[in-house]
Amino acid sequence: MNIKLNGAVHAVSDGASVTTLVSQVTGRNLAPNGQTADGQKLGVAVARNSEVVPRSQWYVTALAEGDDVELVTAVQGG
Amino acid sequence: MAGTTVAGVAGTAQQAAADPFVVDGVELGSRLIMGTGGAPSLDGLGAALIASGTELTTVAMRRYSPAETGSLFQLLVDRNIRVLPNTAGCFTAKDAVMTAELAREALETDWVKLEVIADEHTLLPDAVELVDATEQLVTRGFKVFAYTNDDPVLALRLENLGATAVMPLGSPIGTGLGILNPHNIELIVSRASVPVVLDAGIGTASDAALAMELGCDAVLLATAVTRAQNPALMGEAFKHAVIAGRLAKAAGRIPRREHALASSAMEGRAEFL
Repeated sequence: MNIKLNGAVHAVSDGASVTTLVSQVTGRNLAPNGQTADGQKLGVAVARNSEVVPRSQWYVTALAEGDDVELVTAVQGG
Repeated sequence: MAGTTVAGVAGTAQQAAADPFVVDGVELGSRLIMGTGGAPSLDGLGAALIASGTELTTVAMRRYSPAETGSLFQLLVDRNIRVLPNTAGCFTAKDAVMTAELAREALETDWVKLEVIADEHTLLPDAVELVDATEQLVTRGFKVFAYTNDDPVLALRLENLGATAVMPLGSPIGTGLGILNPHNIELIVSRASVPVVLDAGIGTASDAALAMELGCDAVLLATAVTRAQNPALMGEAFKHAVIAGRLAKAAGRIPRREHALASSAMEGRAEFL
């Protein structure tokens, strides 16, 4: 199915969770609690249809066709 | 601070260590908060951050891009520099609150530099949206570092709404015009019971020293270092400037006088025919 990720169409498998998506995009393995498997900080956050999805909820939040997902991180700024 | 240059420098370092910047119960060893915006390269930024001695630095929240991400956040984690996410680019309280929520999730901090600007031309804070956003964020448990106009009335209003620190501008973001209204900054400081951080408009080291002499608790700047011809050298200059200004404030400056006042005694002069 297709969702919108950061403004562009993005394909994910049917019923994929937020964890699956974040893991796919960042290339990091994630535990069900949303932390990285290697214990390093991930430094990203997810909003789904303009609602923040807490890290602890990523694993149990299934994406649906047409969802609008924003995946953000820290960049240079004053 | 007696003695040789070496003893003087050591004394300055001790002074800084004995006089930490305390905000939200956290002790920071430096009164310089450095933004990361405007640096052309991450290597250069890292060197400037180290040279500046900063222990707190601002970051912006933007869309994750696999090609260029991870490195800034990793750089700060590696150097053990605390992050202060900002809401730069937000024009409304609604956007600022959403951005702050994302930052809290991503960076695991409830500190936020609240920036709600009126337009892209002036980049000046929108007072109405700023007040609204401060109220909402405080209710949601954020520690709000409110970037504000150099308006003593608004600054006090933000404090009363629960802001953790108020951060009046010296002049508009990125202008390097320094502190355009020192009187207002002094007035804000004199009435505040939360830390006052001079934020924006700093051009060079003397501006930061002046901010501290006016009684500010800390100085926040980015462009002045990141876009200097030699960012690491300028970072180091600012490190000393905030310490110098802080010491000068504590030392108590001489009053300004209309007329000259000799420091050498007139008595006992030799006489020449």
